[in-house]
Amino acid sequence: MRAYGEQRSGRGSAVRRVRGALLAVLALGAALGGCAPLEPWVKPYEREHLADPIMSLGRNSIAASYRDHVFETREGSHGATGAVGGGCGCN
Amino acid sequence: MQLAGRLGGRLLPPFARTLLALAVLAAPALAGVLPEDEADLMYHSYQGGDITVNGPSVLIRKKVGDSLSLTYNYYEDMISSASIDVKLSASPYHEIRKQNSFGADYLHGKTTYSVGYIYSKEPDYIASTSYYSISQDMFGDLTTITLGYRRGWDQVYRDLCAAPHPTNSECPDIINDPTFHERADHWGYSFGLTQILTRNLLATLNYEIDTDQGYLANPYRQIRYQSTGGAGFTLAPQIYPNTRTSNAASVLLKYYLPWRATLTGSYRFYHDTWDVTGSTIEADYTLPVWKRWIFDGSVRYYTQTHASFFSDLFPYANYSNFMARDRELAAFDSVTLGVGATYQFDIPQVPWIHKSTANIRYDRMMIDYKDYRDALLAAQYGAGSEPLYKLDANVLEVFLSIWY
Repeated sequence: MRAYGEQRSGRGSAVRRVRGALLAVLALGAALGGCAPLEPWVKPYEREHLADPIMSLGRNSIAASYRDHVFETREGSHGATGAVGGGCGCN
Repeated sequence: MQLAGRLGGRLLPPFARTLLALAVLAAPALAGVLPEDEADLMYHSYQGGDITVNGPSVLIRKKVGDSLSLTYNYYEDMISSASIDVKLSASPYHEIRKQNSFGADYLHGKTTYSVGYIYSKEPDYIASTSYYSISQDMFGDLTTITLGYRRGWDQVYRDLCAAPHPTNSECPDIINDPTFHERADHWGYSFGLTQILTRNLLATLNYEIDTDQGYLANPYRQIRYQSTGGAGFTLAPQIYPNTRTSNAASVLLKYYLPWRATLTGSYRFYHDTWDVTGSTIEADYTLPVWKRWIFDGSVRYYTQTHASFFSDLFPYANYSNFMARDRELAAFDSVTLGVGATYQFDIPQVPWIHKSTANIRYDRMMIDYKDYRDALLAAQYGAGSEPLYKLDANVLEVFLSIWY
């Protein structure tokens, strides 16, 4: 019987990676906190197009999520589709 | 008692079940602003590979005060399957999956806290998931960062045919196998960033790491191996690893065109510890016309490599410690073309509805497998020499939306 070998990583590795990512985010926040305040380069009154409903990332969410559901059913990949991703500070 | 082996293809990988609901509940939640009060009623249909899945979905969002928004979603799959897997080793079947999801978004300043719970039940699979996320607007609302966590607990059963039908292959009396009850646990961590780049351009980055542990195989599907001294094959149970960790990262750009239209491009890279590597590229175009209409068109290309323990035909029994023949773990390419239309209309008799739309969307999905063969033709071509399998599917959504 040929063995492919035991599964790599697993939960321990996942936790280590997440911990590393969180530390990186915290480090980035600390670094930015030491800088002068950033001036928004797109002013609120310049966001008319971004606030248009056709620019919404969540437009027709019930249909978009069903479509993701169909793809995830047929494919080996999943995740990072923005299900709990960022929004848009357009208002 | 006879094994019905009726499923031959659970329609949704365990953790993907939760992603569906999360997308519905959480996608429109923006930091700094709560989602609008909305209700959707959808009918969905999937037809392809001798599988039909259709059913309703209802979504309701309602604000409670200025800081809290509640969401409820009911989703149902009515499944009839006589897929290639079913024809190979099982019996056609019908079943229903029902899913209830509850979510809450709480807004405090520029921070949105989200929690939710999802419960999915079908005759041989029960999945419970809770999720939590926090979103923060920063840098003059140019940037939104979201951190998310979710946890899933699944109960896996296997069905038996207690009393086979005397004249056909359908089973009128299906029960859970009392000797089979497994568990699967899931953990998911996500990071999302949305960035306003220019007055016409948005970008989002998403990264997600998921870990699954427990019974991750489909208890109905089987591998096949070359029969001794012949051109035929023999079926045997699949053997999956009991852990899987995946990483997925995506980038999306959305651009506002001068004639009031949008162009969206996205790319996602995926890799997991089963050596499945996938890439997804998609382009979408949205065009409003004639005041009340919005048209959408999209092209999506997807490709993946096979899992390290996948084989269409193993050379002999017990060839490896892990063995699978699930199509979802094979190497394949797919192209999906989609079109959609939205019509906005008024309901003057109901003054509290301030906007309503009727929507339809159709997608044509075409999958070309690279190392998964049509084993039903083994008698004609010999095992391992059959034509590669192809799957074409039609996906339809029709839905009404109101905002109030």
